Formats: sequence, structure tokens, C-alpha cells
Amino acid sequence: MHDGHDHAHPLRPDRDEHPGYYQVMATALRELLLEKNVFTAEELRRQMEKMDERGPHLGARVVARAWADAAFKTRLLADGPAACRELGVDIGPTRLVVLENRPELHNLVVCTLCSCYPRALLGLPPDWYKSVNYRRRAVREPRAVLEEFGTRIPDGTAVRVHDSTAELRYIVLPMRPAGAEGLDEAALAALVTRDAMIGVALPKAP
Amino acid sequence: MRRAHDMGGLPGGPVTPEEHDYALWEKRVDAMSVLIGNKNIFNLDEFRHAIELLGADAHEKLSYYERWVYAIAHNLIQRGVITVDELGRRMTEVEKTGRT
Repeated sequence: MHDGHDHAHPLRPDRDEHPGYYQVMATALRELLLEKNVFTAEELRRQMEKMDERGPHLGARVVARAWADAAFKTRLLADGPAACRELGVDIGPTRLVVLENRPELHNLVVCTLCSCYPRALLGLPPDWYKSVNYRRRAVREPRAVLEEFGTRIPDGTAVRVHDSTAELRYIVLPMRPAGAEGLDEAALAALVTRDAMIGVALPKAP
Repeated sequence: MRRAHDMGGLPGGPVTPEEHDYALWEKRVDAMSVLIGNKNIFNLDEFRHAIELLGADAHEKLSYYERWVYAIAHNLIQRGVITVDELGRRMTEVEKTGRT
């Protein structure tokens, strides 16, 4: 499984000792924009903190609430951003559509043009989501791609692929796994992985 | 005509579940681009357009955030926020002093 916890993260060398051309450019841009007061050092620091605070735990909280509270689920499917705000998660200016998995329908999210992703709920996207092969193939042979993630969707279940845009982001509401009845929301949230909310995996079994 | 970024549906190889912990410089670039957008220095479509103009090579030669750095610089120059000379001089200085 590739939920960001069960396997080692290969570290790309950060090359801070010998920065490349574009890293030098990034430093130069940052210095110039600070000097020109386009933004302040404090604003930059806060934005980076905000980024670090975001992650799949937020999406998992939303999914767990939807599993536990049918009225919340109805509101979530009708108006994703408003329902997320109830849990203190601000989606920002983009639209958000929540895709409900059902026994007859499995949803998968991709951004074929680039890397659009529900960052407010999942944090920054993993490299494979931005990769050429995922972007090319997710819309062409989604079942084969799912198999590469170890996810087998029964033949009787339709697979629907949703291509994100800069203005419209998607998140999958997975089906609550069997045996999860009676778990509290924290225990439910622990079953919800990032990859399950992208649609390349299923939630963990309780 | 289909441009390089418009790759949905083309044949491709296996998806390898790669990821890495974002480096400090990558987080800074990401944060800068969000702040630039919030302050309406240039918009997301201009940003995407610059990346899309990079063409097919860019996916092989540049990393994801390297493409972002290019797009930020391109738009800041287009908008007159900075000049090419100014950026060039500052890059020379940054490289000489090893600032990150």
C-alpha cells in the first residue's frame, strides 16, 4: 500500500550544498520580492507553516465524519467546501466536488494537464500523482493503473475517472469498510489513507 | 495540436509509487507562488501558461519545482515586477556568496 506511512520515503537529494541553476534563481527571486515588498518574510514563513499543517489527516477527518453522520455526508456531497468549513477546513477559492464510492461505482482522481489536487484536504501531492505515466494512463486504462497500486476493482463495479482543473478539485469519499460499525470518528479516520481519497487504494480494514 | 502538457490518454509506462519529502527550497517556491497569486501579481492561468510553453523537453530536463521557478520568473519579468538584468545580477551574487 502507498499511503505515505507504510513504506520508506526515498529522499531526493536537496543539493543545498551545490544548488542548481533554478535553485539559485529561486533564491534570487525570493530576495528580490522581499526587497520590493511583494510579500514579507513573515508572510512567507506563515504560508510555509500553513503548508506543513495540511495533510491527509484533514481529509480523513472529513471522511470519518461522513461515515459516522449521514446528515453531514448529505451536506458534504451537496456542497463540499461548506461541509469542510464545518470541520474548520477552509478549501479556499477553488471548487471542490466530493465523489462518493458505491458498490457499483469506484472513483479515481487525476490531473492530466498538470498537478491540480485538493491541497487543503490532502497537503502537497505525491510525485507519482504528478508523473507523466499516471497522467497519461489514468484516463486510458484506470483498472490497469489501479492494479499497479495493488487495488483490484470487481468487474461489476464501474470505474469513473475525474480529471481535475485549476478551478475544480476532487476528493473521493471511499466506502466505509466492513467491520467498522461502532468505531468512533478518530478510529474511523485512522482507516482513511491519502491514496484512498485519491481513489488508487481502498481504506484499511479495521 | 496537442501540446506537451496535454498528455491524458497517451500510452505510458508503469506508474511507480514514488514520492519524496519536499526540500526546503521546494516549499519556499510553492509558498512564494501562493503568495504571488493571493496578491494578484499574476494569476494561476498565466502561471500555467508559462509552464505549458516550456514544451516537451521541460518534463525531462527540469524537475517539477524547477518548472515553477521558471514560470514565476517569466511572469514577474512580463509584469515588470523585476527585470532580466536585475535577476541576472542577483543570481550571480547569490551564486558567489552561496546564499540559499
